Amino acid sequence: MADYEDWDAARGQDIVNGLAGLEGATLPILHALQAAFGCVPRDAVPMVADALNMSRAEVHGCITFYHDFRAEPAARHVLKLCRAEACQAAGADALHRQVLDELGVPWHGTTADGGITVEPVFCLGLCACGPSAMLDEAPMARVTAAGLRAALRARDDPRVAA
Amino acid sequence: MTVSVFVPRDMMAVALGADRVAAAIEAGARRRGADGRIVRNGSRGLQWLEPLVEVVTPKGRIAYGPVSPADVEGLLDAGLLEGGAHALCVGRPEDMPYLARQHRLTFERCGLTDPISIEDYRAHGGLAGLQRALGMAPAAIVEEVKKSGLRGRGGAGFPAGIKWNTVQQAHSDRKYVVCNADEGDSGTFADRLLMEGDPFCLIEGMVIAGIATGATKGLVYLRSEYPVAAAIFGQAIAIARREGLIGISVLGSPHAFDLELRIGAGAYICGEETSMLESLEGKRAIVRAKPPIPALHGFMGRPTLVNNVMTLAAVPWILAHGGQTYADYGMGRSRGTLPIQLAGNIKRGGLIEYAFGISLREVIEDFGGGTASGRPVRAVQVGGPLGAYLPAHMLDVPLDYEALAGIQAMLGHGGIVVFDDSVDMARQARFAFEFCAAESCGKCTPCRIGATRGVEAIDKIVAGMERQRNLAVVQDLCELMTDGSLCAMGGLTPLPVQSALRHFADDFAHLAVAS
Repeated sequence: MADYEDWDAARGQDIVNGLAGLEGATLPILHALQAAFGCVPRDAVPMVADALNMSRAEVHGCITFYHDFRAEPAARHVLKLCRAEACQAAGADALHRQVLDELGVPWHGTTADGGITVEPVFCLGLCACGPSAMLDEAPMARVTAAGLRAALRARDDPRVAA
Repeated sequence: MTVSVFVPRDMMAVALGADRVAAAIEAGARRRGADGRIVRNGSRGLQWLEPLVEVVTPKGRIAYGPVSPADVEGLLDAGLLEGGAHALCVGRPEDMPYLARQHRLTFERCGLTDPISIEDYRAHGGLAGLQRALGMAPAAIVEEVKKSGLRGRGGAGFPAGIKWNTVQQAHSDRKYVVCNADEGDSGTFADRLLMEGDPFCLIEGMVIAGIATGATKGLVYLRSEYPVAAAIFGQAIAIARREGLIGISVLGSPHAFDLELRIGAGAYICGEETSMLESLEGKRAIVRAKPPIPALHGFMGRPTLVNNVMTLAAVPWILAHGGQTYADYGMGRSRGTLPIQLAGNIKRGGLIEYAFGISLREVIEDFGGGTASGRPVRAVQVGGPLGAYLPAHMLDVPLDYEALAGIQAMLGHGGIVVFDDSVDMARQARFAFEFCAAESCGKCTPCRIGATRGVEAIDKIVAGMERQRNLAVVQDLCELMTDGSLCAMGGLTPLPVQSALRHFADDFAHLAVAS
């Protein structure tokens, strides 16, 4: 889980300027903006467009094409559950129904307390020990509903996490 | 004396608690006054045994797995640091049939070494291929790759030497080598294992490719779902630059070659080479029509060698040992070794590098030990989400590009996903269309519209609505997508759909009655 900065135009401009010299710099810039602010803020779009000599529509098109980029920050924790075939073969579908049901969210949804956003992901490369998941930056394999519950509890409890 | 304890840092081992295992071993050893040095190695590819802990003893490296953090105290009490007996002990890894039977060429070092130690890399045969290449004319390097019979490991199987030759012959102010590390196929993880376990091997392969084709810049397009690989490979690039392996003078030679790591953003289509080039150029990853081919008109409109991680990582071995030695492995027109990835509902999943020609059955039964659930194998998907589903009675097919094409299947990136008899193949067919609809770049109509209509038609079949007519619609859509799509995404989605219909027709009829 990351602590995101509030939007700051000068800081945004610094990020854009720092990477604009790369060949085809759009994705590196969007990733850097999202790492800082938790999303690609609307106000950053014209900055990226100016720096890369693109139209704002082109930048917007780029942001919306890729699943990773967000217009709004996710919840404090992001749980990605793998829905691809190898995990399906290991019982992922039933696990997902149970997890979504317990958390009370649909895919891409955020829990009522604003704590967890659940996203589908198509393959984490952990296909030999499915079902797999990623909680924030932590990969998980052979995931069970009970294991996920424990991991989510540990995330919000520094004593357990330590 | 300091005892070296290896605890893998590959993403699977980490997902199964390797970081906590390493910390527990370190703390436990210290409490016992023992001098243990933790080395975070790559994975041996024995993924079902991860985290696989190895201890260096006078008898060689002794392995234990799978080790959970809770096992560590008991292991230390049993004499882990001396290679003591314990229920989790699996002996010397190289004696295990799973490893001993393999032909480890590309993965010869993976799991043995500290991935970011260039000293380890050199000590285990690394850079021998590049040293030899530096003494050869570029055309001779290309000739060596041609002689090896190496074909693109990303899935298309195009002869690498011919592509290399095209880029070499092209005239331009600058050329590029682009490594496709957008390993999005479910059931595949060989690229990840190599980039996490032996990153210098890929760097060496790319440098050789640069020298052979005259390219001075390399880009690696890695998917964002692989953060561990990104961290390790990023470290390896920095070390390679410091050591003069890349930069303005490769190992003191007149050749310049630099390398940059780029991270994708969660779009499966970027595994398609032209879509990946668009993404690298900073655009929406919309597939380009070919021709012009990327070898002549690629990144930034320049001649670009686009190869998969496994293709480029095979090159150092080929240069070090000779193209003919590599070509001596394999069958038919599929020469060398294939990094097979065994996954899904499988007892012993992992990486199996083996000469082309091994049968699917040998892989699943001899290596894999059958399903993890203990139920019978019913279907096997080979080659990722765009690969065919094969029934249990067809598993004697050899893993070979042509043999699989001959039964309307494809080898793809060498991923094998096993399903037991609880699988519902109508659901799998629907998922193939659903996945295509979600991940289609939207440029061509057969893929963009066809996939969505496919989901609808299968839903109608399953619901028992005008089943025969809707089956005809699905077949018609499949034919149109195969013939009319711009790239493999739309063009190959019919493979899983039609193979499910052909080999598992009962699942479609049965469900209509059930629902």
